[in-house]
Parts: sequence; structure tokens; C-alpha cells
Amino acid sequence: MSQPEGASRGRALAAAAPLGGWRAVFNRWLILPAAAIGALVIGAVIIAAMGANPLTGYHALISGAFGGSYQLASTAVKAVPLLLVGVGICISFRANVLNIGGEGQLVMGGLASAATALVLPNLPGFVLIPLVLLAGAAGGAIWGAIPGAFKAYRGVNEVLSTIMLNLVAVQLMNYLLAGPMIDRTESFAVVGRIPQTRLLSPNSWLPIIVPGTQLHLGVVIAVLVAVAAWVLLRQTGFGFRIRAVGLSTDAASYAGMAVKRTTMLALTLSGAMCGLAGTMLVFGSISHRMVTDGSLTGFTGSDGYYGIVVALFAGLSPLWTILSAFLFGGLLVGGVSMGIALNVPYSSDLVTTIVGLIVCFVVALDAVRRRSGLPAGAAGPASVRELLTRGWLRRDDARATAVAQAASGQGAAEQPVPGQASPEPAAAADQAGEAQP
Amino acid sequence: MSHFFTAAVLSATIASGIALGAPLLLAALGETVGQRSGVLNLGVDGIMLLAAFGAYLVALRTGSIGWGVLVALAIGVVMGLITAFINVTIGAEQGISGIGIYIAALGLSGLLFERYVGTPTPITNSRGPFVAVHIPLLDRIPYLGTMLFKQNILVYAALLLVPALTYVLHHTTYGMNVHAAGENPAAADSLGVSVTRVRYTAVIFGSTMAGLAGASLLILDGIFQENLTQGAGFIAVALVYFGGWRPAGVALGALLYGLTGSVILTWKTLGIIPLSLSDLAATAPAVIVVLALLFLVGRYRQPAALGKPYRRQ
Repeated sequence: MSQPEGASRGRALAAAAPLGGWRAVFNRWLILPAAAIGALVIGAVIIAAMGANPLTGYHALISGAFGGSYQLASTAVKAVPLLLVGVGICISFRANVLNIGGEGQLVMGGLASAATALVLPNLPGFVLIPLVLLAGAAGGAIWGAIPGAFKAYRGVNEVLSTIMLNLVAVQLMNYLLAGPMIDRTESFAVVGRIPQTRLLSPNSWLPIIVPGTQLHLGVVIAVLVAVAAWVLLRQTGFGFRIRAVGLSTDAASYAGMAVKRTTMLALTLSGAMCGLAGTMLVFGSISHRMVTDGSLTGFTGSDGYYGIVVALFAGLSPLWTILSAFLFGGLLVGGVSMGIALNVPYSSDLVTTIVGLIVCFVVALDAVRRRSGLPAGAAGPASVRELLTRGWLRRDDARATAVAQAASGQGAAEQPVPGQASPEPAAAADQAGEAQP
Repeated sequence: MSHFFTAAVLSATIASGIALGAPLLLAALGETVGQRSGVLNLGVDGIMLLAAFGAYLVALRTGSIGWGVLVALAIGVVMGLITAFINVTIGAEQGISGIGIYIAALGLSGLLFERYVGTPTPITNSRGPFVAVHIPLLDRIPYLGTMLFKQNILVYAALLLVPALTYVLHHTTYGMNVHAAGENPAAADSLGVSVTRVRYTAVIFGSTMAGLAGASLLILDGIFQENLTQGAGFIAVALVYFGGWRPAGVALGALLYGLTGSVILTWKTLGIIPLSLSDLAATAPAVIVVLALLFLVGRYRQPAALGKPYRRQ
């Protein structure tokens, strides 16, 4: 990055903070609800066009998702994999690594954890449950480390490699669940066996924490993981490096950070979260098996894609992702009730459509917000991907850039917010020292 | 294995490999033009799905696959306009907007299918140009005739598009403008080239080809089902990188992918691969593309402004 670009970025950051008036309020708080409402309005138009009543549909959706304790528990259970994938996406996207491989990482996490439970069914629960969770995280981590290493050390575009690895993972699962891992206790019916494992050891089931509902321990684990990720990104050297690399690889590299290793680790960690989500899908399920139907999303239910939406909707903040995952879980759970209320077969497809529209609205409104919120010219030269990671700017991010720039001597004259940046250069020096012992 | 290496089986395998590769080739060639102008369209798979469904519905209702193909092209144009509006005019992050368009189109095609069709019935494809067209005389060439000259018209279209696009991209003013918009939009702009117009046309062309690819996939299968493409659109995008943004390279990748797929199908039929391993074998094309990306990357540089919206300063 050249000197003037760095300088203009600094100015943009400085300008972002004092921006006032209704526009600032809209940019900060209302843009995401606006995206959701826009998508829901189009969804209503679609329902009406299909000859059904959108108000009846949406009423059923909301009461089916949030209308009672059983519904709330179902929504929370559905939110668990979304939250874990979303937190993984927060980490990788903050490092400017677009991990689209959640689907494959979910699958590999599910396979690794299910295999563990199949091999060691007799271990007591307090050993087996942590073990399957670790195995799941490891399975996903490996499936994240591969594209991570490809990107960091060979420059392979991670969007492509993760998408291709999704396809590989699904075929691998279809092979394993129809072959080596299939339930052999089931009778060989006329149509053949279902591609699923046998009932997994009860010792490995995630305990139900509210009797009478499906609410299992995974909910607690997922929230703890989200909080841990927030601490990691905000309070640790590794998190600082992730954000600095995400904001500018050049500046981070110049500051002595190990950019390649950080990139790879970010994608590995992101994969581990998705693998954990896959574990939840297996051990938090009602069937307590790993099941698929031969289609691409048969096991995941598209959670690997929905997790991206959840994280974007939360502005790539792990804590907001908790709320975001709960809302999207409600959308998915309520979609079933909507289908029943309207007596239509297409409600899950409608929910998929609405989720896709929300993504489109979020990225489009974010682009508009960036353009209107920053002084003309400031958004121009910096790459879009840098801007994405800087979206829904928080003050600590502004500091991370300032420090990265100060350390590299690029934006030294452009300290964005005097007084706030002062404690950080020392931290930057620590980072540099740590990265190059 | 000896059954495989007979001339008849080999030429039939190659013929079906070319047919399998054709939808990928159409979509990937369209994406090549879009990416050369600087726009990454990740929504290809969704556009293929919507177009395939549109073609299916129209073919089912009118009995004419020809009308179906026209509708697929029209859906491609409309989706191209939407994609270009989000990516070029608004300037959204393209890696994400494409996923959004994909998810929305995946849902919408499934929804419309459930609403208007429900139980899938095969489309009748007994007449018209979308069954195998035999090229007179050339189809009599032993083996080569079976491989190349008894394909349906969309396969010929895909293959002819390769030299045509090579010419357009490298030897016409429009091709130069596309190149300029993808490499240095500010310079193109200062020379009076409308970056917006070039990118819109390139994206719409790419999306229209994705629509045609969806129709050709439908003709290949003869029936629509939810998520018909099974990720073919994403493979098409990967093939653009594989081919180094050149039509000939993209064609090589699409044919390699199609051939790997058809060899595995043939081996499965001949019992060379046991049925239990067929899912595992089906990973081969994707694994080959990932490995190819690993070794080919860096040999060709991607368009400098790929994925970056342009705004005049």
C-alpha cells in the first residue's frame, strides 16, 4: 500500500467517529433491521403471489419460533450450529479470509465426532462428550487448515478452494455413511439402507438441560465459545494480529507480524468452530445418529451458508452473533410452522429465499452506508475486502489499523483519534517482538 | 479394465464426457468475460438453477424445449441485470453478494418447483435440435464421429464459443475495453470508456451463458429436481481460475472435468469401481480441480481489478 492511501484511510477513520445526525444513527443501528425488513417484504410479496396470505404466514412464523417455551427451546437448539459457524465466520472474515467452506467443515466435524463415538462407545459420558467435541473441532480444523495453507503459502483463492472442498466432503460423507459407517443392525429393506450411522452410544449424547424440551448442553457450549471468541479477538495478541492482517496485510507484515501463519490459523480456527457445529448436529439431534439423504445439504441443512449470513448480520462481532443466530434459528424453525399454517409445501424454500435476500440487502446496504458515511474519495483506493472487514466499524478496529500503520510508519502522521491510540503502540511493539523472536 | 480400453467404449466415454462438460463450459466462458471486466459473479449456480427451472416449466407446459431455452436465456438476462446492479452500481462485496444471489435463487427455484410442478415428470425430448444433431459426413468418421459430431446443439454452441470468445476478447475494441475495465478501470475511464457499461454488458453476457448452461443441464438430465445443478455453477467459477481467464484454458478444464466424470461413470457401469466406492470416486473431479488450482496458481495473474467496484474519484 502506498503512502497516500494509508493517509487517506487514516482520515476516513478519523471522520467516521464524529459523524452525526440521523444518518449516523441509521448507519449504526438501523441498517441491518432495514435489510431484514426489506427481505421480509419481498418474501410477503412472494407469498401473496403464490396465492397465500402473508400475514397469516408471518404470524405463524413468529409464534412458531418464539411463541412459547417449547418453541423458544427449539429455536435455541436450531441456533446452536448457526452460532458456532457464525463465530467461525467472524474470526476468518475479520482476518480477511472469506471462508465459504462451512458446509464441508460441518460435515468433517460430524464425521470425526461420530467415528469417535462409534469406536469408543463405552467410555463414561464425562470423558466421551469432551472427546467427541474435540474430535469434531479437529475434523473441521483440518478441513479449514487445508484451504488456509493453500491460501497462505500458495496464494490459492480461498473462496474457490473452500467451495470445492465442500463438494469433496459431502461425497466423502456419502461414501462413509453408505459404506464403512452405515448402520448394519438395520434390516436390509427393499429400498436399501438409509445412509446413517447406528444409534450412537447414549454416553455421548449431549444432556438435555431443560426437561421436556430439546434444549441440550450445546446451547451453553456455543454461547461460551462465542464469548471466548470475543475475548480472543479483542484481548489477545493472536486476535489483534487477526484484525491487523484483516485490515492490511502490508501494514501487518511491515509491523513484523507473521501474516501467512495468522491467515492459516484464522481459517483453521474457523474450521474448528464449524466442526464443532457439525458435532452439535450429530449429538444434539433427536435421532442421535449422523444421517444424510445423499443431497449436498442433506446433513448440514445449509447451516454452513446460513452461518455466513448470521455473522454478517451481526456485523462480524461474536457477541452480536449470539442474538443474530437466535433470530435466524427462529426464522428456520418458524418457517416450518408457516408451512403448516398456510398448508403449502414450499415454506422451507421460502425461508431459504428470504435468507438469500437478506444477504443481498446486507451487502448492498453496507456498500451504500460506506459510501455515504465516509468522505468522498476515502473509500476509493482501499480494496473492497479491506472495507468488508472494516464494516460496522468499532473503535478498537480503528485503533488496530492506526497501530498497524504507525508501526509500519505509514500513517504515523495520521493518528486517527489522538489520545485513544496512545496506549497501543507499545502493544504493537510487543506484537512485533512476539512475532519475530 | 480390458473392457474399458476398447475403441467403442472409449469413444462413447469421451462423447459423454464432452456432453457433461458442455454446461460447465458455457457457464465458465460467461464467467470468464465477467471476471475479465473485473466482476466476480459467484451467483452462477443460482442463475443456472432458476434458468433450468424456467426452461423446464415452459417445456412442460408448451411441449417445446426451444421455448424453454429462450426462457432460460431471458432469465439469464434478468439475473444479469440484478447481479450487475448489486455489484457494479451499488458496489457490494462480490464474494458475499454472489452467495446471497445463490441462496435466494436456490430457494426461489425450489419454491416455484413445489408450487407449480410438485411431482417431477420428464420432459419429452423426441424432436427438435436438442437431441443429438448429426453433422453430415463428419459423423461417419470412425470413433471421432461419435465423440464430436453426434452431440446436441448446445454442445456445439459451447465448443464454437471458445474460438469466438478468444477472438472477441483479444482482437476487438469491446474485448480491449473489457480488459481495460478489469485491469485498470481508472485508466479506461479517463480514456472515455464507460466502465459501468462494459461491466454491465460483461456481467449480463456471463449470466445469460449461465442461463443457457442451466438449460443444457436440464436437457442432459431430461428432468428438473431441486438443486439440479449440485454445485456445477461453483465448479464453473473455479474453472475460470483453472483456465487462467483464457477461453481455451477454461475449455480444457471443463473437458477435463467432464471426462473425469464420464470415465468414473463408465468404470462404475463396467464394474471396475465397485458400487460402494462410487461416492468416493465422485470426489475425483473436485479433487483434481483443487490440486490444479494449487499448482496452476501464480502462472496466470488474475485481472488486477477483479472484485473491486469502480467509483470515479
